Amino acid sequence: MSAEVVTGVTMGTLAPGFRTFLWIALGVIVAGIALLVASRRGSPHYRRRVALAGRYLLLILLAVIVLFPIYITVVDSLLKPDQVVAKPPILFPFHPQWSSYSTAWTQGHLGLYLMNSFIVTTVIVVGELATSIAAAYAFAFLEFPFKRTLFVLFLATMMVPLEVTFLTNLSTVVSLGWYNTYLGLTVPFLATGFGAFLLRQAFLGLPRDLRDAAKLDNAGHWQFLRRVVLPVARPSLAALGIFAFFSAFGQYLWPLIVTKNDRLRTVQIGLKFLANSQLNNFNVIFAGTVIAAIPLFVLLILFEKQLVRGLTAGAVKG
Amino acid sequence: MAQVALRDVTKVFGDVEAVRDVSLEVEDQEFLVLLGPSGCGKSTVLRLIAGLDTPTEGTIEIGDRVVNDIEPQERDVAMVFQSYALYPQMTARRNIEFPLKNRGTPKDERERRVRDVAEALELTEVLDRRPAQMSGGQRQRVALARAIVRRPEAFLMDEPLSNLDAKLRTQTRTELIELQRRLATTVIYVTHDQVEGMTMGHRVAVMDRGVIQQVARPTEIYDHPANLFVAGFIGNPPMNTLSGSPHSQNGDLGIETVGGSIPLTPAQQDAVRRSGVTTVVAGVRPEHVVLDSDGPIDATVAVVEALGYEYHVVCRLNDGQQVIIRLPPEAVVPREGENVHLGADPIRLHLFDAATGHGLV
Amino acid sequence: MNVTHPFERLKPDRLPGESVGAGLRKTRSRRRRRTMESLLAFGLLLPSLVIFGVFVFYPLIRQIYLSFFLTPPFPGEPNHYVGFSQIQQVLSSHDFLNSLWVTLLFVLYTVPAGLILGLLLAVLAHQQLAGIRFFRTVFSSTVATSVAVASVIFFTLLNPEVGLFSYLFGTQGQLSVLDDPRWALLAVSVVTVWQNLGLSFIIMSAGLQAVPDELLEASRIDGARAWARMRHVILPMLSPTLFFAIVVGTILSLEAFGQIDILTAGGPLQHTNVLVYAIYDQVFNQDNDGRAAVMTVALFLITLVFTLFQIWLLERRVTYER
Repeated sequence: MSAEVVTGVTMGTLAPGFRTFLWIALGVIVAGIALLVASRRGSPHYRRRVALAGRYLLLILLAVIVLFPIYITVVDSLLKPDQVVAKPPILFPFHPQWSSYSTAWTQGHLGLYLMNSFIVTTVIVVGELATSIAAAYAFAFLEFPFKRTLFVLFLATMMVPLEVTFLTNLSTVVSLGWYNTYLGLTVPFLATGFGAFLLRQAFLGLPRDLRDAAKLDNAGHWQFLRRVVLPVARPSLAALGIFAFFSAFGQYLWPLIVTKNDRLRTVQIGLKFLANSQLNNFNVIFAGTVIAAIPLFVLLILFEKQLVRGLTAGAVKG
Repeated sequence: MAQVALRDVTKVFGDVEAVRDVSLEVEDQEFLVLLGPSGCGKSTVLRLIAGLDTPTEGTIEIGDRVVNDIEPQERDVAMVFQSYALYPQMTARRNIEFPLKNRGTPKDERERRVRDVAEALELTEVLDRRPAQMSGGQRQRVALARAIVRRPEAFLMDEPLSNLDAKLRTQTRTELIELQRRLATTVIYVTHDQVEGMTMGHRVAVMDRGVIQQVARPTEIYDHPANLFVAGFIGNPPMNTLSGSPHSQNGDLGIETVGGSIPLTPAQQDAVRRSGVTTVVAGVRPEHVVLDSDGPIDATVAVVEALGYEYHVVCRLNDGQQVIIRLPPEAVVPREGENVHLGADPIRLHLFDAATGHGLV
Repeated sequence: MNVTHPFERLKPDRLPGESVGAGLRKTRSRRRRRTMESLLAFGLLLPSLVIFGVFVFYPLIRQIYLSFFLTPPFPGEPNHYVGFSQIQQVLSSHDFLNSLWVTLLFVLYTVPAGLILGLLLAVLAHQQLAGIRFFRTVFSSTVATSVAVASVIFFTLLNPEVGLFSYLFGTQGQLSVLDDPRWALLAVSVVTVWQNLGLSFIIMSAGLQAVPDELLEASRIDGARAWARMRHVILPMLSPTLFFAIVVGTILSLEAFGQIDILTAGGPLQHTNVLVYAIYDQVFNQDNDGRAAVMTVALFLITLVFTLFQIWLLERRVTYER
């Protein structure tokens, strides 16, 4: 490809789109150099403003690069199929065509798929939270033999992902009669070593005095968990829940191999089928993508703080 | 019948002996203070009584019953923690009624008790607030209320005043004393503050490094400290100590120190002779040192601290040791740099074996 | 008017049913209590352990076991024990070695780039500028794109006839970059890096928060320029985060599947046939469980070795704040 570029530049026979792109890139580079030069001369006050402009320029540039695919997706989902492939490309939907969404929803069955995804994800999140709370409680507050070994075992499961075990898990699920059922989609994920690890960390952070006070107050295990531990550990619980939701919602390999028809298909797999079946109706494909992405985007906006917490547990403190 | 008793209790954590051979009897309705510096084991003793830790050796008795194997919640003791340990997500009301709820107390009984306690401790306005929305003093009272509401055999308090500011501390101190008299229950109170120890307790148990140094009434501790540690720990400014060797002069035994020779009463001389000790530490409290031109000790005035209600005159001996004198506000105060002679009534002397710290009496 | 002191109202009454010593009625021997506690603990761990047993440990063991058996060409015939020969054959086969190579390349293409870009964005977004929150949201936005979403977007944009990117890069009508053996893996890597950018940004930002501002101030006063500050202050303080990101990032990239399935299906000419895809292919297209089993065990061991090696290599270079 590079050879063609070089010959294209020298021979002036470049595709129009590429020409535009090169012009824009050139403009950015020139602006950048100008700023760089300007930032070295002139009064400090002037320099500072130039540096500030430079920083914003860089940020804007990067933001555009990062956002571009998403932006185009949304825009193109609102265009007519022939508009999508128009050259030069249309960058704003002046007459939005919402029909692509209804097509994706009904013809593409994305409504059904979305519902399946929600059901499966909710079950998995609830299950993970329950088992992780139980396990973390045991590891944090109870004494029992083989405690350390068992905890290592829990951690070890993080090293054996589905991508390694799916071969056997598939036949297990089939022989249990769970193939193409909600059970098959959810049960393998109802427990997680990461969750137990994260919550154990949070539970151990409970001040010892609180534990002692609860003991003296004759609080049984359940009362203690419900009224003292969980309220205090709420941030970590939220973080785990959000993280589990993102993880379960975006699953690909397992739903692919465990479902065989429309009935149980999740939205991620549905998207693949949509892309293969809609062929040149790109607007419908993009609409489907938007539909599949909206739940996570909404979650991101609502719970950004908690998500960050969940993702960085252990990352910062080591 | 002792309300709470420890018999030869030892507690070891790893290779650290936190508490060694502690025996203590606390009488019914007594306010006993466990006093000592940080790390002396007093909090450990409290936790052992509560059942939050189990003794390595020895027995703990509550109400004449050995409770070593009995869970904390069944020992009928309540604890007020230094950090208050209030449940952060519960309102004050919920915090206070929590122990009652867990014991199945019927609802109206529960509400009555919470109301009474809240009124007594002036918490009625904050009952529906969370700990984060209360002041330090209010939180402390909620912690107290939570303990009181159970009417336990004994109250265990772990430095409950240390997180309060000075003014509140003094005020609450008095209130706690009144409270204990009013409730007529046994209180075991841990603190490192000797003022609290001296003012609040019927008796004080002084601890250092896991061992009980002396258990006695506050005045007894002050006037007759059993060893050097107690002598130095109680009293502010601390007791002046000078070490020296017994020295015979004209048949009379005196203590030869850097500053001069300190005369002894006949009883004291007997005690010193009998003990056979070679180095003696002589102690005398700042309020008992007098400026006496015939005094045996030579010193120079280093600093004069004027506190308003009294003077602290810090004097230095030749070798740099210091002796502090307390003088009433109307006294004639020496100037800094002045050379003075110090003396004291021998009766006011406390003598200790320099090697072991034990008192010689 | 209150004449009595509030304390007066506190009667020294005991809770009904409790008198001296009565509260101490329930004594259970300590051993029995400890047994109950252990039982409770095991009960709490049981659900997780059952799931782990069935879906994590059993598969691993079974797949190791399966590696020793040839899968018959026709279903219904029994498996044929062959000892180590199948393992040997698979591990030295061209397909496996190719997959191994492709996977390693993929890790190499995606992990460092993802880290560096995430760090770059995090540093840029760490500045105190007006409206920086907007940029932070933008940079973290790709965390909401799942693998399928990102892959479908790029698949469409890279369509050789009419895709926008084909237009922009002047390759319309020609071979799609996804069908070009020279560029396919790189293209898939770019998609992966883009999709992971949000996550990388969030992790690096969080790590950056932990760098105390005073240290940066001090170094600025000491005259350190931007790059020197980066090297001597930011990177060391960030090392726990970087360590975490490298280890976790490698593990995740070794397990990549979705983007391969959607974008290239392992092609062209096996140039994007990462291990997981190859395993998938063996199971579903070639019906060869035995060979697939060998490869899954290989994948597991490779991941394990990689992780342990990285931990060994990098852990001591991490400076933890005490």
